[in-house]
Amino acid sequence: MGVLSLGRTVIRLPASDEDILKLEVGDVIYVDGIVVTARDAVHRRFLVDGVPLPVDLRGLAIFHAGPVMVRQGGRWRCVSIGPTTSERMEPYEHDFIARTGVKLVIGKGGMGSKTAEACRRYGAAYTIFPGGCGALGAEAVEEVLGVEWLDLGIPEALWILKVRELGPLIVTIDPRGNNLTEEVRRRARSRVDEAIHEVVGRVGRELKL
Amino acid sequence: MSSVRDVLARLLLDFISTVSVRLPDDVLEHLTRISKVEEPGFAGLVYEAMFRNIEVASQRRIPLCQDTGVLEFFIEVGDGFPYTADLLEAIPEAVVRATEAGFLRPNVVDPTTGRNTGNNVGPNLPWVDLRIVRGVDHANVFLYLAGGGSSRPGSARVLDPAQGLEGVVRYVLEDIAEYGPPACPPLAVGVGIGPTAEIAAVLSKRALLRPLGSKNPDPKIALLEEELVKAVNTLGIGPQGLSGKVTALAVHVEYAGRHPATVAVGVSTSCWAMRRGHLRIEKDLSARVLSHGGVKLG
Repeated sequence: MGVLSLGRTVIRLPASDEDILKLEVGDVIYVDGIVVTARDAVHRRFLVDGVPLPVDLRGLAIFHAGPVMVRQGGRWRCVSIGPTTSERMEPYEHDFIARTGVKLVIGKGGMGSKTAEACRRYGAAYTIFPGGCGALGAEAVEEVLGVEWLDLGIPEALWILKVRELGPLIVTIDPRGNNLTEEVRRRARSRVDEAIHEVVGRVGRELKL
Repeated sequence: MSSVRDVLARLLLDFISTVSVRLPDDVLEHLTRISKVEEPGFAGLVYEAMFRNIEVASQRRIPLCQDTGVLEFFIEVGDGFPYTADLLEAIPEAVVRATEAGFLRPNVVDPTTGRNTGNNVGPNLPWVDLRIVRGVDHANVFLYLAGGGSSRPGSARVLDPAQGLEGVVRYVLEDIAEYGPPACPPLAVGVGIGPTAEIAAVLSKRALLRPLGSKNPDPKIALLEEELVKAVNTLGIGPQGLSGKVTALAVHVEYAGRHPATVAVGVSTSCWAMRRGHLRIEKDLSARVLSHGGVKLG
């Protein structure tokens, strides 16, 4: 898998099927190469309105992200970029992966069973970039190669970025369809009733509401 | 001679950019302390990224998170502060300038057209909540950057009195268990209790303006805060929903009287990158950022 620099596992994009198929949940990777932002409006315009994507995403990564961009001297500069909530793309991502051949999805918070199924079927993976780390993300952007669908607004446009060691990216859905964050959520849900009982037990005598 | 409005707009521009670039002192202290409690592994990796991000943002003076939110101003003006109208006019002006300068991402979408206004000003935004205080001649301006992901768990509902405390606790914990993981935990959780949904909702946001970890002055509510934060942390969601010991930095509860027939509960959450600030403007237009040590204005 990719080159190792400073002990980091780096995957070059476009990625080979082989590079992606090796990934397992819990792996931490960095990516070099071309990453394209795609969030709510891009998914909807492509899959609901049926407008063809202006970028060939085969082997590339999409980033659920709406960056801060400024235009200086006729060129776009990425000021801050980090992930947005991937769950909002859950209704679309299965078909998006199937139809574009995208190999890596970068976002935050994890995704659901339909996306996991697409990762399994099409040999893709979903990774988490630590949310809120927009400055760190921007540091990894070497160049803004282009922008499409800018009419959707700066956060929603398709930004084509050349990145160097973008990461850390934590694999939470692997090409076998294993899903790390679903497990965390399942445990959190199953803990709720007991936690309510504990709070009410300790506070209920003092506070009636 | 520049007008009072220009002076205020410049102060606010500096204030907004500070809030976008740097975390307030109380949040930074909490994160530093909590990062030491977490185990290595994913949690350790995430905290390492967070602290590097804080450093890079501050060194390069860039937004520490790309989602700089919609801007909410909670203002307390003294009845002796002579420039309230100027202050209200200076706010959108400063917001437009902060957007042009790259400190804010244009985030305001007009829902009637689906179009981004491009400058963070739009119908009823930036949001301003104004209170007047007697016998004071300064203004306290609290700014909260409400990001999309961190606002997503936000919720309010009117419960029946029979549901009581258990209903309120269930409402909060189910909300965090369901919507907390992608909202960039560790979270700050604000809870409002009152007669109607919108009062509970506003109080839940006001709860987030309190210094992190401060206690409600009512010991019964303070106990509820203490038990709620423990309970949220037993959910095990951890930083970025990757599991861990700390899911909530704090739970703050604010309350109002309720109607005999209602117990309304509201929840607001902030991500770990809790960007809020407190600017105090004196009558002579000198000003200080009280939330962030060492900031020079102008």
